[in-house]
Amino acid sequence: MIALNINGSTKDVQVDPDTPLLWVIRDELELTGTKFGCGAGLCGACTVHLDGTPIRSCQTPISEVGAGKITTVEGIKGKASDAVHAAWTNLDVVQCGYCQSGQIMSAVALLSQNQSPTNADIDTAMNGNVCRCATYVRIRAAIHQAATMMRA
Amino acid sequence: MLTLTARRNERLSRRNLLKGSAALGGALVIATHISPPAFAAETAARSQPAPMPNAFIRIAPDDTVTVIIKHLDKGQGVATGLTTIVADELGADWPQMRAEFAPANAALYSNLAFGLQGTGGSTSIANSWMQLRSAAAAAREMLVTAAADQWQVPASEITVEKGVVGHPPTGKTARLGTLAPSAAKLPVPQNPTLKDPAAFRLIGSREVKRLDTPNKITGKTIYAMDVKRPNMVYAVLARSPKFGGTVKAFDASAATALPGVVDIVRVPMGVAVLGTTTWAAKQGRDALNIDWDFSKAETRSSDAILADYKKRAAEIGLPAVAVGDTTKALASADKVVEGEFEFPYLAHAPMEPLNCVVELTADGCEIWAGSQFQTVEQGAVAAVLGIKPEQVKINTLFAGGSFGRRATPGADYFVEAATIAKAWGGQRPVHLVWTREDDIRGGYYRPMVYHKVRAGLDKDGRIIAWDHHIVAQQIMEGTPFEKFTVRNGIDSLSIEGVPDMPYAVPNVSIAMHPVRAPVPVLWWRSVGHTHTAQVVEVMIDDLAHAAGKDPVEFRLALLKDHPRHAGVLKLAAEKAGWGQALPKGRGIGIAVHESFKTFVAQAAEVTVADNGTFKVDKVVCAVDCGIAVNPDIVVAQMEGGVGYGLGAALRNKITLTNGEVDQSNFHDYEPLRIVDMPTVEVHIAASGEAPTGVGEPGVPAVAPAISNAIFAACGKRLRSLPFSAASQQGA
Repeated sequence: MIALNINGSTKDVQVDPDTPLLWVIRDELELTGTKFGCGAGLCGACTVHLDGTPIRSCQTPISEVGAGKITTVEGIKGKASDAVHAAWTNLDVVQCGYCQSGQIMSAVALLSQNQSPTNADIDTAMNGNVCRCATYVRIRAAIHQAATMMRA
Repeated sequence: MLTLTARRNERLSRRNLLKGSAALGGALVIATHISPPAFAAETAARSQPAPMPNAFIRIAPDDTVTVIIKHLDKGQGVATGLTTIVADELGADWPQMRAEFAPANAALYSNLAFGLQGTGGSTSIANSWMQLRSAAAAAREMLVTAAADQWQVPASEITVEKGVVGHPPTGKTARLGTLAPSAAKLPVPQNPTLKDPAAFRLIGSREVKRLDTPNKITGKTIYAMDVKRPNMVYAVLARSPKFGGTVKAFDASAATALPGVVDIVRVPMGVAVLGTTTWAAKQGRDALNIDWDFSKAETRSSDAILADYKKRAAEIGLPAVAVGDTTKALASADKVVEGEFEFPYLAHAPMEPLNCVVELTADGCEIWAGSQFQTVEQGAVAAVLGIKPEQVKINTLFAGGSFGRRATPGADYFVEAATIAKAWGGQRPVHLVWTREDDIRGGYYRPMVYHKVRAGLDKDGRIIAWDHHIVAQQIMEGTPFEKFTVRNGIDSLSIEGVPDMPYAVPNVSIAMHPVRAPVPVLWWRSVGHTHTAQVVEVMIDDLAHAAGKDPVEFRLALLKDHPRHAGVLKLAAEKAGWGQALPKGRGIGIAVHESFKTFVAQAAEVTVADNGTFKVDKVVCAVDCGIAVNPDIVVAQMEGGVGYGLGAALRNKITLTNGEVDQSNFHDYEPLRIVDMPTVEVHIAASGEAPTGVGEPGVPAVAPAISNAIFAACGKRLRSLPFSAASQQGA
C-alpha cells in the first residue's frame, strides 16, 4: 500500500512501485484531467506538479513520489492558476483541448516563478508541451496576458 | 458561464426525442412528431433539407436551448459553430445555449455532403448551414405562433430577439422556455422564412466564445480515453511490425504472469492483452513473444518504394486531363521549367491516441468514442458482432484531435475493439487503447507521393504547356468508398488541386500512376492538397522567376477568371508588405490555394542564416470562406493549419526499413513545438457567400509559401518535403 498526497488529500493505492504516477492518477484514482499522450516524457500532456514543480507523470514511478505533494489540473489553485484560467478563457486558446491540462500546469509553474516572462522564457518553459492543434500563438499570448493580470 | 458537457451515460435516441420531457429531464422537444425521414442516404446530398427542429433543437422549461450536434468536434470548434447558427436564426441569447452530440442515426443526422453520418472534408458548417437555419427558423415561427395565439395579436407584429419573444405594441414578452410547451403542439412549418443575413447578431461576431473552453481548461472534459465503465478492462493490441503480417504462433507465459494482466486474446489482427489498467495491459503486450508470418507483408524499404515511383513516373499513366498538345507545346517553348517533388508517408498523431470503449449488451452493443464516421462504424461493428447496425449505439465524445485519422473506411480501431470484446466473450466492457508507438507505427498514413512536372513558357513569359505525372497509393481505391472518388482508375483524392488549378494554361497533360501496396493510407488534414499545393505553387513561383516577373503579378495575370483566389492573394500580399526591400538572408514567399471550396493565400517570411539553416518568422494568412460564422474560430483554424502544415514541412516523415516503420514516438516523429511557431496574422476576406469549411484549408499553402520564401531569401529551391530531407541538402 502506498500513500499518495494528491490535491490536498491522502489516498492509499495498491500498485507495483514501478507503476508510473500517470496511470495511478488516471486508472486508480480516476482523475482523468491528466492525459496520456506519449508515455515517454516527450509531449507534456501528463504534466502535474510535485511540490510545485512541473513533472512528467508518465516518467515518474510511484515509488519516487514519496511524501511529495502532487497537484493535478483538478486541484490547481492560487493567483497564477486564476490568471491562467482567465487568460485561456479570454483568448479561447483551446482547440481539441487534450494537451491543455499539461499546458496549463506548465504555464502555472512558469508564472509562479516569473511574472514577467519574455517570449524566450515562455518558449523554454513550454517547449516540452506539444499541441498538435498548434495553439501555440494563443498560448504565448495568454501567458503574457496572465502575467499582466498577476502584476496588476 | 456556459458549459458543454459530453455525457458518458446519457443517450439521446430518436425514441427519447419523441418521448420528450420524461426522457429528457424536463426538457420539452419542440414538435411532437418527426417528419418522415426525407433524408434517405441516397437522396440526402441532393434534396433540400426539410426543417427538423425536433431533431436538432431542444428548448427546455428552464429556458436553455440545446443544439444537437451531428458532427464530431475534434478541436475545430464545430459544436460552437453549429450552436451559433441555431442561436442566431432562432433569436436566442448566447448564454442560454447548450450543445450535445447526436446519437448515431443516419436517418436524422447524415452529413448532407456524404449521405451518411460523419465528419470530414471541412463540410460540417457548409452542409449544416441551411439545414440548421431552416430548423431554427421553423422553431422560431412555432414560438411566434404560440405567442400570437396566447396574446391574441397578429404574428407579424411579434419579434424574437436575445431569447425574448415580444409584442412591442402591447409590451408583452415571454421567454423561449415559457412558450416552448405550447409551441411544441403546433405543426412544423415546411417553408419557414429565414432571417435576413444583415440581421445576424451572433453569426460573424467575435463576441461568441467557444462552448468547450471552460471544461477543457479545468480537466473536466471527458474524452473517450477518460471513459470508465463498471468492471471495464483495458486492451492493448500487438499488431504485426510489418504491414500485412499475421500471427504464426505466440508465447504469452511472461505476459500472463504480470500483475494486473487479466487475459490474452488472439484475434485476426494480432494478440490483445487485457489488463485492469492501461499500464498493466501495455506491460503485458510488451512481454508477449510473437512469431509473425510476413509472407504477404510489405517488406520493402521506403527508399526502394520511392525508387519504384520514380520509374513509374516515366511511364504513360492514366490520363486525368489531356487538353491541347502538350508535347508539341513543350517542344516549341522558349523556356522549360522542371520539378521533381517527393513526399513521405505522414502519421496524423492526434494528441489523444486512438481508443474506444465497447460494451456488449443484451440489445447489441454500446460504444464510447471520438466517433467521426458513425454510420461506417455502426456497420463495421455490426458485421463483426453479427447484429444490425442500429443495435450499435455510439456515444460520441469530444476527440483529442483527429486530422483525418479517426475516420477510416473500415472503422479500423472500432473493429479491433469489437473483435476483441467478442473473442473474449463479452464478459466485461473493453477499452482498447493505442499507445503512441502504435499510432506512429500503425499505418493509415498520408500516402507517399512523387510528382514530376515540366512546364513551358513562351518568349513573352506566358505558360503554354504543363505536363504533370503523379505517382501514389490511392486512398480510396479498394475500399468501400471507392465509388465516391475513383473514376477510370483515378482517385480524385490523389490529384485534387492539380486538374482544378486556377491558372489558365492552354496545353495540359496530367497523368496518374496508381500504386498498390500493403501500407494502409488515409486522408490527412487537407488530403491531396497536402502535396498538390506544394507542387503547383512552387512550379508557378519558378515559372514567374523564369519569366522575369513578380510572383504576385504573374499569378494575378493568370487569375482573371478567379476573383476569390485573386482576392486573397492580393490581401495576403498587401498585409505582408509584399515588394518591400528586405535585408540579406530574409525573404517573403507567397502561395494561394483553394481547397474544400475555401480560398487561402499565405505569405511566409523567413530568415536564412549563413550556415543554411532557416527560421520561419511570420505567416500572414488571408482566407475567404464565405460568411465566417465564428470569425475567431476561423482565425484559430488558420493558425492551427499553419502550425500543422509547418511541422510536417519542417521535419516529419514516416520511413520504412525492410517493411518496418523506423519512427516510434515524438522523439523521431517530432511535432511542431512552441519554439518553432511563427507569428501568424490572419485576415478574413469579407463575403456574403454561404460558409465553407476552415478545418483543412489552412494547411496546403504553408509549405509552398515557405519554399518560395527560402528561394527569395537565398536562391535555394526546396521542392520536396520535409525540407530537412537529405535528398535536398546540396540541391
